Amino acid sequence: MAAYLTRRIGYGLVTVFGVLFLLFVLFFAVTDPDDIARKAVGERARPEVYAQWKKNHGYDKPLFINMQASDAKRYTDTLLFEHYRRMLTFDFGRSDADDSPISSRLREGAGPSLSLTVPLFVFGLALSVAVALFVAFFRETYVDRLMLVVCMLTMSVASLLYIIAGQYLVGQLLKWFPISGFDPDPAVIARFLALPVLVGVVSGFGADTRFYRTIFLEEISRDYVRTARAKGCGDARVMVRHVLRNALIPILTNVVVQIPFLFTGVLLLESFFGIPGLGALTVEAIQGNDFSTLRTMVYLGALLFILGQILTDISYALADPRVRLG
Amino acid sequence: MHWVSNIIVLLLILGAIYAGRYAARDRFWRENAIELWRRRPVAIGVIAVYLFIALLDSISWVDPASEANALTSGRARTIIDRIFRPETFKEASYSAPLASVAFYGGQPLLHPGAHALGTDLLGRDVVYRTLKGMRVALLIGGLTSLVVIPIALLFGVTAGYFGRRIDDAVFFAMTVLASVPSLLLLIALIMVLGKGTVQVCVALGVTGWVHFCRIARGETLKLREADFVAAARALGVRDGTIIRRHILPNIAHLVIITFALSFTALVLSETILSYLGIGLDGSWGQMIDQARNELSRTPIIWWNLAGASVALFTLVLSVNVIADAMRDIIDPRTRREGR
Amino acid sequence: MSSPLLAVEGLSISFPGEGGHMRVVDRVSLSVAAGETLALVGESGCGKSMTALAIMRLIPKPGRIEPGGRIQFEGRDLLSLSVPDMRAIRGARIGMIFQEPMTSLNPVTTVGDQVMEAIELHADIPREEARGRVMELFGLVGIPDPKSRFVAYPHQLSGGLKQRVLIAMAMAMRPRLLIADEPTTALDATIRAQILELLRDLSAKTGTAVLLITHDFGVVNEVADRVAVMYAGQIVEQGTRVELLSRPRHPYTQGLLRSIPKAEARGHRLEEIKGTVPRPGHWPSGCRFHTRCPFAFAPCPIEEPVRTPVSPTHAACCHLVEREVQP
Ligand SMILES: Nc1ncnc2c1ncn2[C@@H]1O[C@H](COP(=O)(O)OP(=O)(O)OP(=O)(O)O)[C@@H](O)[C@H]1O
Ligand SMILES: [Mg+2]
Repeated sequence: MAAYLTRRIGYGLVTVFGVLFLLFVLFFAVTDPDDIARKAVGERARPEVYAQWKKNHGYDKPLFINMQASDAKRYTDTLLFEHYRRMLTFDFGRSDADDSPISSRLREGAGPSLSLTVPLFVFGLALSVAVALFVAFFRETYVDRLMLVVCMLTMSVASLLYIIAGQYLVGQLLKWFPISGFDPDPAVIARFLALPVLVGVVSGFGADTRFYRTIFLEEISRDYVRTARAKGCGDARVMVRHVLRNALIPILTNVVVQIPFLFTGVLLLESFFGIPGLGALTVEAIQGNDFSTLRTMVYLGALLFILGQILTDISYALADPRVRLG
Repeated sequence: MHWVSNIIVLLLILGAIYAGRYAARDRFWRENAIELWRRRPVAIGVIAVYLFIALLDSISWVDPASEANALTSGRARTIIDRIFRPETFKEASYSAPLASVAFYGGQPLLHPGAHALGTDLLGRDVVYRTLKGMRVALLIGGLTSLVVIPIALLFGVTAGYFGRRIDDAVFFAMTVLASVPSLLLLIALIMVLGKGTVQVCVALGVTGWVHFCRIARGETLKLREADFVAAARALGVRDGTIIRRHILPNIAHLVIITFALSFTALVLSETILSYLGIGLDGSWGQMIDQARNELSRTPIIWWNLAGASVALFTLVLSVNVIADAMRDIIDPRTRREGR
Repeated sequence: MSSPLLAVEGLSISFPGEGGHMRVVDRVSLSVAAGETLALVGESGCGKSMTALAIMRLIPKPGRIEPGGRIQFEGRDLLSLSVPDMRAIRGARIGMIFQEPMTSLNPVTTVGDQVMEAIELHADIPREEARGRVMELFGLVGIPDPKSRFVAYPHQLSGGLKQRVLIAMAMAMRPRLLIADEPTTALDATIRAQILELLRDLSAKTGTAVLLITHDFGVVNEVADRVAVMYAGQIVEQGTRVELLSRPRHPYTQGLLRSIPKAEARGHRLEEIKGTVPRPGHWPSGCRFHTRCPFAFAPCPIEEPVRTPVSPTHAACCHLVEREVQP
């Protein structure tokens, strides 16, 4: 197990290096730093301002090899090295758009993001798994078929439309909740989060339910289920004792990988509902040509994904005796 | 530019004819196609209509008549353009479906009762814009996938078939690309490459590539161990021939199903790009995005949103339904079960 | 023969298929007396497993048992029992083991717990006692070192051991009937012999009747008291082992017997039954075997043969036999 873990984490690190290289190619080699600077300070800025901006934001070095420097500096005083150093030490620098330090904005945004994503994740998961189990129990009946149609219909609607419709129906027509806004005060936070959570749960419902249903059906079709029936298990007992227990393994792998993403928030929901989280921050960065913030968000997203994968593999190893006991 | 589009259309039609003739000769494909048609005629019909409209909107040319007109000179117009004549068939601003007076102000319209779905803020006919969106949607999903699939197959199949170094390299590239959340990667790519149809399609392609490649690689790994491949190898059949004769035909159905599923994902994610301001011009996502505040007007303006949303929903639903049916036909395993 | 332990009469099973429903099992009748072993033999796809599953009322959806048939077990008609009553019979009065020991055990639960579940479902006894019973059972089915095996997971056991666990599970409540659906097909030859011997021993020791499904006449020869031969969803011949193996009457049975390799016939080509097994729903008219039968004559494609007794314990469904018995 320990050897497995080391190997797994090692591969994760190598992947992080790969991701960083990808980001470097995208954000430094393909995008010209001069362009970024020009967009930030304006076309008609004086050359000194322009050069100063580039220096402040660390865009003033050559890409791979610094011919002017000597010895080791040749290779370290470059954009590539700096990029790796800063990302690996979580020194994200300043926003290209408004010069604010990115780290502090990340800290500010994590709270609101989590307060949206955690309930969204918990309710969404509970609802989908419960409905999927229910539907799998009634497979090949009209309940099952009706639910499949519902899933198919809800899956085919763009999430943008769910948000627009949700804001209109619940916020404007029924006036149950405010249309948008955020207040971290625990007394009122639910009023602001109710609508985005509802919209989020509905928009993810179809695909998730179908996914979990497939997992359950796959398990139900296994031979051991027939064995359980043959020894006298009733339908409900088969579902809970045998099917659910086995299905938990694939469900777990699907769930654990999502957990890290709770931090990065949800782009559309946050931006639409005025929740000042990391998703909204990303949207702002896109609309304001803020490359450094966007770069950081992409990096964090990848990092969390890799972390999620490692966690998944570990939890998988713990949950499945076939892996745990070799 | 218009001739590029015309040539691509021609190539696509030729490709479709070739694929159709191949499928008609092969028993597996013929029977499955018939079964699919038997099960889901409506969805297939819907797709056919969309394809037809997109086709009408893809063939364009410049002719003396449009050159003579100052409004249209110098631009190639598609068949849809020629039918709707958007340069004259428009109003000053909003008008309700089939209305004869403007929505605000109540002045008489230029074309009273002619706009079946009303007009938008700039007075453009909503039916026309919705129909134009079909080509964009099929372009986003279809063209991207058509470019990506061969590349992904090339990498996936060679990695799966030859294994070792090649597999390690491809697998690592896949891991790295898959590690970046696809929406973020997509956004980053578009930000970096700039906006525009080609850029967006490239970005969508780079993000979608991994998915196909993974499936092709996994299936090839499985097939490589299969008896008939081992037998072919033992007989000394060349690798290229084995791949062409045994591997590719046996993963084709998976590729098609993956294509259908990724198609809907692509079309849906374009709406998000549109909201972020980096979508494709003329897409339904843009129409929805432009119309998103119209619901809060009094009296409410719904037709803009409805036109694009219904068209988008119908397309995605049809493709989803067909993909589902295909999966059922080819892999009926999910139906077999004990009780 | 007094009233048998299990009597299946006119059992038909159908699946919805191309153009309506197709019968995969058609008016099957067979009986198993207390303590005896009946082998059900036939080519792949002829409906053996479906017949066995029907007795347990475990036909997979969307298949169904057609009305009109009866399954009498210990004097009760299983088909008219309520679901809880049927559940009380499964695992307690009738045990069943399957072809695939590899996949027939729940991978995330220890084998001990799985066998124990079979006991706890039917007997209201303390856990400790149930545990003891499981150990006893493990010893009975020849699992060495029961204590450490109790907490083992299925993947830690070999195929032969897994099949023994499954047998222990099926025998946990000392059922009167054990249905074994090709219990040795997935195992290799030496283990196959051990498992067969175990089944024979258990049956003798506990007086449990066995319905053994197989397509291997070697197995039939070793363990069966009586044999029923199935073809295309129907029973075509039934008789004692000796009668059937030495004087088979149905051309299909004869063909099956000829197609097994014999020591004395080494060097000769094995004879095979010509043609392919018809698919369910595409059964030939008249006698279903006539398309492959070397002796087919005028009535065969037209008229369905009736069950004709050739001795008090032996019957076949064949026009030839009909002619011979009553010219
Ligand atoms: N879910 C199903 N849907 C349709 N037909 C089925 C289904 N399950 C089984 N059948 C059909 O029922 C027939 C009998 O199957 P069964 O499993 O009883 O055969 P068998 O005699 O046990 O063969 P084998 O030796 O391969 O186990 C088969 O021809 C099969 O095609
Ligand atoms: Mg069988």
